[in-house]
Order: sequence, then structure tokens, then C-alpha cells
Amino acid sequence: MLQRFLKPYPLCFSLCLLPLLGIVIDMMFDNLGADPIQALHIRLGDWSLRLLWLTLFITPLQKITQWRGMAQYRKLLGLYTFFYASLHVIVYLWLDQGLAWGTITTDIIESSYIWFGLIAFLIILALAVTTPKAMVKLLGKNWKKLHRYIYIASGAVIIHYYWQLKGNMAEPLFYLIILSLLLLFRLAVWFKNRQFTKMMIPTTRKIRVVKADSATAEAGRPEGIVIEEIDTDIET
Amino acid sequence: MIIKTHKSIPSSEITDPAVFKQRRQLIKAMLALGITGSGVYSGFADAKEAPLTATSADIVKNHTNYYEFTYNKTDATALAQALPIDPWSVEITGEVEQPGVYHLEDLLSQQTLKEYIYRFRCVEAWSMVVPWVGFPLASLLKKVKPLSSAQFVQFTTLFDPKSMPNQADNRMLDWPYVEGLRMDEAMHPLTILATGMYGDSLPKQNGAPLRLVVPWKYGFKSIKAIVKIELLKRAPLSTWSKSAPNDYGFYANVNPDVPHPRWSQSSERVLGAGFFTPRRKTELFNGYADEVAGLYSNMDLRHFF
Repeated sequence: MLQRFLKPYPLCFSLCLLPLLGIVIDMMFDNLGADPIQALHIRLGDWSLRLLWLTLFITPLQKITQWRGMAQYRKLLGLYTFFYASLHVIVYLWLDQGLAWGTITTDIIESSYIWFGLIAFLIILALAVTTPKAMVKLLGKNWKKLHRYIYIASGAVIIHYYWQLKGNMAEPLFYLIILSLLLLFRLAVWFKNRQFTKMMIPTTRKIRVVKADSATAEAGRPEGIVIEEIDTDIET
Repeated sequence: MIIKTHKSIPSSEITDPAVFKQRRQLIKAMLALGITGSGVYSGFADAKEAPLTATSADIVKNHTNYYEFTYNKTDATALAQALPIDPWSVEITGEVEQPGVYHLEDLLSQQTLKEYIYRFRCVEAWSMVVPWVGFPLASLLKKVKPLSSAQFVQFTTLFDPKSMPNQADNRMLDWPYVEGLRMDEAMHPLTILATGMYGDSLPKQNGAPLRLVVPWKYGFKSIKAIVKIELLKRAPLSTWSKSAPNDYGFYANVNPDVPHPRWSQSSERVLGAGFFTPRRKTELFNGYADEVAGLYSNMDLRHFF
């Protein structure tokens, strides 16, 4: 039994539940301080942020270590991000605002930091909904495009975090630095691939002359032709 | 904590710690008896509502924004204990007939302490109800006789980098902390200087030994550990206005219709209310509009936020 849980995947699955367990225990023992609803709300928010960052860490980890089968962990962490973010939103709507939709509307309209949280949550929601294999098939090529919105979500999350503080920037700055490193890694990989692709033009890139007309010539292209790149990015 | 006794206590008289403790007991007893019959002053605004119920003292003592020590509301309780508050003197200067450095004991010996049960609304959209012990600021200012040229009052917190880590590291704000009021706001009977709360002396994290309480303004106006009161001809620049002029104005009156640039002020979480109690709708001037709205009758409160 224990042996089963010590395998990496079940272990990771269980570890992700620990923060929730800690929060529930603190709730039970009235350990959340003078403003327990806010404490609950912030802790759930913190964990959705951390899990989102961990999700973004999987791809670089895989690239560096060449470990196989990391996609399932990325999926697991992504879904946990959605799980904690949903609890964060539920606590806001239900415990903090008592499901009073009038007040909630005013609060959202007047609080710009919430806009960014909302953007991030809607993106994460869309990514979670399109996680099942059937959805991946259905979306085809667009699936990958959609899931790149995780970068926008992570940026929105940082603004959401920083925007509500009165000036103590240490924590958002810490997360911003880690996020920058994670995104820089991707940028570096993209740039490297691009250089590589350039050298390999005949094999990886098809160039098709669409048409040659005067309109494009006027637009400043010397040859007066439009070159359309065909994306040959195939998942390995 | 020092109380008004029948005879004034000369500042030269050094108090024996045992006597000091005894005196504290006496204050407690006095306050328990309803402060020598003078009654509890809880603000007229609440006559129409049920009387205010004080938030539990444990919450008020462990939920403070004291950025000189830390950004953490709970940690301030322990850290603030390093603050040296005895002896304490307050410099009163500027446009007054009797400027000078006054021993706190001497200032307090001229005042009658009462209990003031006020709502306390933080700009972060939480609130509590605190039974302060103190006296009207007006009564102190009258003693030093403001000149007719005095239009504003500026308050300054102690600068003591030895005990206040964020002052030592010059972190976040320009220290020492400075706040200000217009003269008519300062002279308003609701504006008090507090030396205690919950019938006891003021805990260090709550602003001991002397703090301002302006119940219709956001909590950051109610400056702690005051060492200097300066009467000015012109409006002072308060610390938060200096640090973020678009976020924090000079007036900082509680107003549900004027949101902070980044968050709503339309409602507040009442601390100690429990998990399933809805937020409270924030009231204009924190519920003290009947008393103070007249101070701002010709002003656009969106502009003078």
C-alpha cells in the first residue's frame, strides 16, 4: 500500500493536497488570525500561484533533464492550479461576499486588481475544461495555441498579486523573478529553434508563392510576392 | 499609563514601579466603574442603531498595521514591545502661544480620560470597533493656545531606528511617519488622543503611549506613538500622500462612493464577525456623517479624497 504511494505520480498527487489539509486544520483550530476569511482567501490564492509556477516549471525541467513522461505531471499540476484557484474564487464569492451579486459587481468594477485575477481565472478555467483527451482531439492544432494563454494568465496573476498591496513588494517581486526565468528559458529555446530552422529551410519550411500583385508591391515588398509560412511544428 | 488624579503629579516625581502597577489597577477599577460617573462616550451617530459592540480585545491587539516594525499585522505585536515609551515627551510647536516640549505626564494631568467606543475602518476594507480611552485633541490644543494663523495640525511618530527595523533599513516609506488634519477637524469633539483601550493602558502595537483617533477617516490617519504636534499655516504632506499621491489623499475620509484606485471601498469585513457573516456596507464618514459632514459641505469629496 505504502509502496504504491511512494511512486512519483501518486506522491505528487498527494503532496498537492497537503496545502489544503493545512488550511482545513487551521480553520478547524481557529488558527487563521483576526481576519480568517481573508487569510483563507490569501492562502488559497498563494497556492494557486505557486502551482501555476510549478506547472510552468515542468517543460524547462523536461528539456534540461530529458526525462520522459513529464506531460502527466504538467497536467496534474495544471489541474491542481485550477482546483486551488476555484476554491480561491469560491471563498471570495461565497464567504467574503456572501453571494450578494450586487455588491460583487460593484466590487469587481471598482477593484482593478480583481480584473487581472478574473482574466487569469477565466484562462485557467478554459485550459482546465480543454484538458480531457477528447477536447485535445477536438481542438486539434488550436489546442496548443489556446494553452499558450497560460503565459498571459501568469502575467495577470502577478499584477493581481502586486496591485492589491500597499507597497510591500518583496513577495510579488520574488514570484516575478521566478516567472521571468521560466519565460526566459522558453524564449531562449524558441530563439535557438528558430536559428536551427533557418539553417534547415528546405526540410522544415515550405514556402509557397501565393500571388504576385501590385498591391503588395506598393506595400514595399521588392519582389511583389507574398510568402506564407506553413507551420510544420509537429508534436514529438 | 498616567491618569488624572485630583492633584497634578509633578514630572520630577519618580514613580516607583510598584506604585505604577498599583496605579494601573486603580485605572482599571475606575474604568470598570464607568470612569467616575462621566459615562461612556460612544459617538452620537449610533443612537439610531444598536449600541456598538466592541471587537474582542484579542483581535484588536493582534491585527495592527505598524509598518515601522513589519508589514505583518500579527508580528507587530511582539516586535513593538521593543519600543521605549517611558519616559515620553511631546513637542508642541508652530503657530501656538505656548510651544514647548511637554512631559506626557504633565499633559495628561490636565485631561480627563473617558472611554470612546468608535468604529475603526481601515483603507484595506476591514473594520473593528474599539473602546479607546483618551481625551479630545481640542482640549489639549486649547491649553497651548493656537494662534489664529494656525490652519493645520501635523503629527509625527517617534523616529527610533534602534527599535523600529523598517526605519533602520529606510524601507518602504519616508520615516518618521507624518499625518495631518485641518484645524477644524483637529478641534472636532470626535477627534481624540488615546492613551488606552479596553479599560487598560494602550498596548505598544496599538500606538502607545499616545495616538490619534479620527473615527471618520481611514485608520492610517490615526497616527501612533506621537512625539510631535505642530500647528501650521499650510497643509502638511502626510507620509502616504507623499508616497502614493494618487492612492492616498490628505483627507482620507471614509467614503463608500470614492474607491481606492485599485480596490472598492463600498463594503468592509467586520473583524470577529465569523465565517458566514456578510460584509458590512461602508457608511459615508464611517457612520459619523451627522457630526462631521458639515466640515466638508462645500467640497467635492471625489477630488478631496
